[in-house]
Amino acid sequence: MELSRDEEKALDGDNGEALATAYRILVAIGEATGAQKLVPTKWAHISGVNYNTIGDEGMRFLEKFSHAAKFAIRATINPMGYDRSKPEDISHNFQQRQENIARSYERMGATPSFTCTPYEVFEIPQKGTVVSFAESNAAVFSNSILGIMTNKESALSAMSSAVTGKTPLSDLRLEETRKPKIAVEPDFDFMTELDYGLLGYFAGREVKDSCVALSRVKKLDTIQAKALCGAIGTSGSCGMFTFGGKAKEKITFGKKEAQSVRDELSSANDGDIITLGSPQLGMNELKLLANITESRKFTRRCIIFCSRAIYNNSVKIGLAGKIEKSGAELKCDSCICLTPYITKDRFDAVITNSIKGAYYLSKSNKLKVVLKDIKTIAEEYMK
Amino acid sequence: MIISNCRKIVGGIGEGEMLVTTQPINFLAMVDAKKGTISDPLHELYGKSLKGSILILPYAIGSSVGAYVIYSLKEYGNAPSAVVCSNADITTASGCALANIPVLNLPHVSVISQLEHGRKARVNADVGTITVEPWQ
Repeated sequence: MELSRDEEKALDGDNGEALATAYRILVAIGEATGAQKLVPTKWAHISGVNYNTIGDEGMRFLEKFSHAAKFAIRATINPMGYDRSKPEDISHNFQQRQENIARSYERMGATPSFTCTPYEVFEIPQKGTVVSFAESNAAVFSNSILGIMTNKESALSAMSSAVTGKTPLSDLRLEETRKPKIAVEPDFDFMTELDYGLLGYFAGREVKDSCVALSRVKKLDTIQAKALCGAIGTSGSCGMFTFGGKAKEKITFGKKEAQSVRDELSSANDGDIITLGSPQLGMNELKLLANITESRKFTRRCIIFCSRAIYNNSVKIGLAGKIEKSGAELKCDSCICLTPYITKDRFDAVITNSIKGAYYLSKSNKLKVVLKDIKTIAEEYMK
Repeated sequence: MIISNCRKIVGGIGEGEMLVTTQPINFLAMVDAKKGTISDPLHELYGKSLKGSILILPYAIGSSVGAYVIYSLKEYGNAPSAVVCSNADITTASGCALANIPVLNLPHVSVISQLEHGRKARVNADVGTITVEPWQ
């Protein structure tokens, strides 16, 4: 990769250790993705905010780094581990460490968005704009639905782009990579958002390219799109899908394949808690929930995650209150993945419609999971 | 045996026993940085220690936070001596760049099958070579 003279100097430490670190990371990812140069990027969405994911070592690194670095472009951040306005249930130790991390990001100039769905909270730039999104569901959604261009960035590469305002011109920022070589084609009709999640997980697992074509998948509603994007980003390295499109090779996604994903992620028949919100729920999903939960109550504890911005809007129009009447608890700033709200010592098995949530609940939190779509959950666990 | 023409992703030199997998790794979900082991029972390297190894994998998958797990491995003294990928990815590259772990990309994905689990190897990422014992 060729660097400009100024970039070389920054890499050599002329502008300080923090910028040198950021350029070292950008050069490494540039080499990994075969980039020839760095280009300006408009917006970095940074992951690595939840204390349960980056731990003490990550926290210490960020504290030191944030005293030497400033974000040069719009920088938004992923969910943390808990809802700042509902700290009950969360240990003092966790809160302290989590707040330390939040302060580091804010010190560098991040907007304290604590959301994994920046595309539902912030103004979307024009199609073709280069951005740097680390959260995998947001990267897939942005490339596939919004037409803005990002690679599937890592927590560290997105932060490096936030500091430098630069990112490698490579991979999904090149038109030729955005043309899929392989298509995944469902051979049955999809009934629920869960089917889209199963398809996404399968496609991400089977296809090693950065972009995959999804045949027979037409226009998606927000719920289906988010289920699909969250799942693709979880199982593989794929950062984009196209609606149909020409592809040389075809892989069929039949009921057997759907069942194989279910078997991998769904390990129980019943659970003692319901959770929704990975990706965090948006207004459309909250409206749907308000409708299907009307005049009914959950028979299990139910925790629903959304961003603070979406929550505030939903309070204004009375939506939050309607949902809370069902007994569900709305939590902000956090999401299903690796939250201390849902741990093995508190619960045995979790009921969810989220493929991404199911993956991290089982792999990281070591909980059993029951996968069901949202309407089935309401039918079976409400009265 | 010497494998040359590897692409440098992160420079440096490392030596250790090869830990070879053809299954991708989700560092956030499958690695315990404190113990330095693969913690996912479904992964073929389950229970194996990464410490001081030459970790040979196709690429990382899933969480973007995996980069921090690689950095944490280093801080806990459990990092591999070097990492070799067949399709180097952004998570592996960025985590190793911060942690100063050398990374190479193999000239072709099929080369992975020539690398024998448990055998000692030296990675020189600056010149793009992997030298496997018996040393010549």
